Amino acid sequence: MAKTAPRQVLQKNLTGIKGFDEISLGGLPRNRTTLVMGGPGTGKSVFALQTLVSAASKHKQPGIFVAFEENIDAIFANTAAFDWRLSTLARNRLFFMNAQLSPAFIATGDFDLGGMLAMLEAKQLEIGAQWVVFDGIDVLLSLLRTPRAKMREIYRLRDWLTRRELTSVITSKIDGGGDGTDSTNYGFMQFMVDCVVRFDRRMEQGIPVRRLEISKYRGSSFAPGEFPLSFGPHGMAVASPGATDIAQEATSERVSTGFAGLDEMLGGGLFRGSSTLITGAPGTSKTTLAGLFTESACQRGERTLFVSFDEGGERVRRNLKSVGIQLDAHMKSGLLQMYSGRTDSVNPEEHLIRIATLISQHKPRCMVIDPLSAISRTGALSSARAIGNRLIYKLRDHHITAVITALVEGNNASAEATELQISTIADNWIQLSYLVCGGERNRALTIVKSRGTRHSNQVRELVLSDTGLALSDVYSSGGEVLMGTLRWEKEAEERARAVLRETESSLKRRELQFAEADTSARIAALQLDLERQRAALELNTKNDAARHVSSGEQLTELRRLRGANGDHAVTTLPQRRAGKTRRPGGNGHGPERARRG
Amino acid sequence: MADKRKKKSAGKDAVTVVVMRLYVAGRAPNSIKAIANLEAICRQHLKDGYKLEIVDVCEHPRRALDDGVLVTPSLAKLSPTPGANIIGNLGDTSSVLAALGLPTTGP
Repeated sequence: MAKTAPRQVLQKNLTGIKGFDEISLGGLPRNRTTLVMGGPGTGKSVFALQTLVSAASKHKQPGIFVAFEENIDAIFANTAAFDWRLSTLARNRLFFMNAQLSPAFIATGDFDLGGMLAMLEAKQLEIGAQWVVFDGIDVLLSLLRTPRAKMREIYRLRDWLTRRELTSVITSKIDGGGDGTDSTNYGFMQFMVDCVVRFDRRMEQGIPVRRLEISKYRGSSFAPGEFPLSFGPHGMAVASPGATDIAQEATSERVSTGFAGLDEMLGGGLFRGSSTLITGAPGTSKTTLAGLFTESACQRGERTLFVSFDEGGERVRRNLKSVGIQLDAHMKSGLLQMYSGRTDSVNPEEHLIRIATLISQHKPRCMVIDPLSAISRTGALSSARAIGNRLIYKLRDHHITAVITALVEGNNASAEATELQISTIADNWIQLSYLVCGGERNRALTIVKSRGTRHSNQVRELVLSDTGLALSDVYSSGGEVLMGTLRWEKEAEERARAVLRETESSLKRRELQFAEADTSARIAALQLDLERQRAALELNTKNDAARHVSSGEQLTELRRLRGANGDHAVTTLPQRRAGKTRRPGGNGHGPERARRG
Repeated sequence: MADKRKKKSAGKDAVTVVVMRLYVAGRAPNSIKAIANLEAICRQHLKDGYKLEIVDVCEHPRRALDDGVLVTPSLAKLSPTPGANIIGNLGDTSSVLAALGLPTTGP
């Protein structure tokens, strides 16, 4: 090989396996060898074959599959559940070679792979293969007696692959039962190849959980750690952490919860793209709230996905119908899709991948998971928690407004944290609980948190009736919340008191009105009196002045009269005064007025 | 190297003619050994007559593929029944004879 080879940028071929291309940052190294190791039933062969199928169908890259361990027919049967169209591909782009050495083969002395490689070379040239898979190389190596022979054949294989410029995947079983020489060989094989992927299958609380890990990738970085994997209709999928970018666009658009009372408490509804956790004991109407949300989403014409665990979609719809929530029509129109999964047999990882598939197919804007807590029942809690988190992040990445319910047993405060610990990631958290008082159980609703919203702090009573749900204000008396009958009693009492208060206040109002009227009447009277007095005062003043003037004139007149004719002077005085008063009347009206008055 | 070689014991048409086919990979050491070992066995133990075809898979890969050959060297006993498949350089004479269904009574 040329010395410049290591310096050039490593090129990769996509495997087409959901999630794997992400954690391997682009797939497997091109024209190099990848070793896939793992115990029986961990998914090695599926990984190898799916890679081949994907390359052949999506990238039109032909490939060869050499089956040392399993018969080709068995492989076809095992993968029949996947939508791979193997038999079609086998006609043109894929070549399958049955390479099981039956027990009837008798080994007498040393042998090698030279002949097989010569055959594969001919086949490669014939179909233009770019990929080759050796499935179960351990079976072949076990026939070689000495470690030296094994190593020699591994070298032979490596040299051949390098020469033929094939991107190859070699799978090999590892199990604890192997002898010392085997492990030496595997160590050597791992050294020889450019990429090593380890598969693992563990039982966790009775559920098998499969994982894979890239333990070596020469010349490339990769996502470290174990990643869970599961099988869906398209084959294997690896749960990758997905987009690590948490900078998501935040909208201020509000989406109705389908429940006016709750919208009000939330300050207008849920934010678009937010996730809401509804926790509560059994029977606290979690599903009903989820149903209302679903119905309103469908009524707005938004595609919705309803995932129900442990209960079939039909039962869910029937139960919701009894509280007036109609989902059948939305199912028919295709707006609503329901997925039901049993959680007692399938591991949580598988559910997550199925849900992810549904999301990419149905493309919902709103989504319900009822209840998410079901997944923590099976498998390890730690993995269920990780799934809960990943699910919420996934929904957020897709900008899906989600309502997730979780069952909380009992009413203790510590349980409120929820087993899955998703309450810290969820944007909103609505807690439903039973409050027992006065010999009754009543449902109470509290908004524990709501990001970016000035939400109500009150505990409300959730009232379930034929007409649907309603939220009532609760009465607190002496620090105790009153609900149900006690609330009704309190309410009735309040009502009676209100009537009384109303009566009392109306009486008082009237009294005050009377007093006011009285006072203003008195003010009017006094005002009139005041005016009268002013007029009197004015008159008095004027009289005084007139008297003063006339007394002056009188004196002069008297003096004049006394000087000439005293009789005449006396009659002229009243005449002058009359003329003065008649002047404003003018226009000849004066006499008429005088007559009327 | 010669890809096909046919050998027949001289003269008589034996009652039990063993028909065999040996697949080899060019001049690979194990293949050369296998040819030598098999020829020695035939000389010593198949005096009645045998028929051997040697196929070099490097030259006839398609044929080997069709015949279901995996590793080399590999010997197939075609007749008489029961057939047998023997892999390896045939260094262990007694097990080769046993596999071919021949008495191991040799010199």
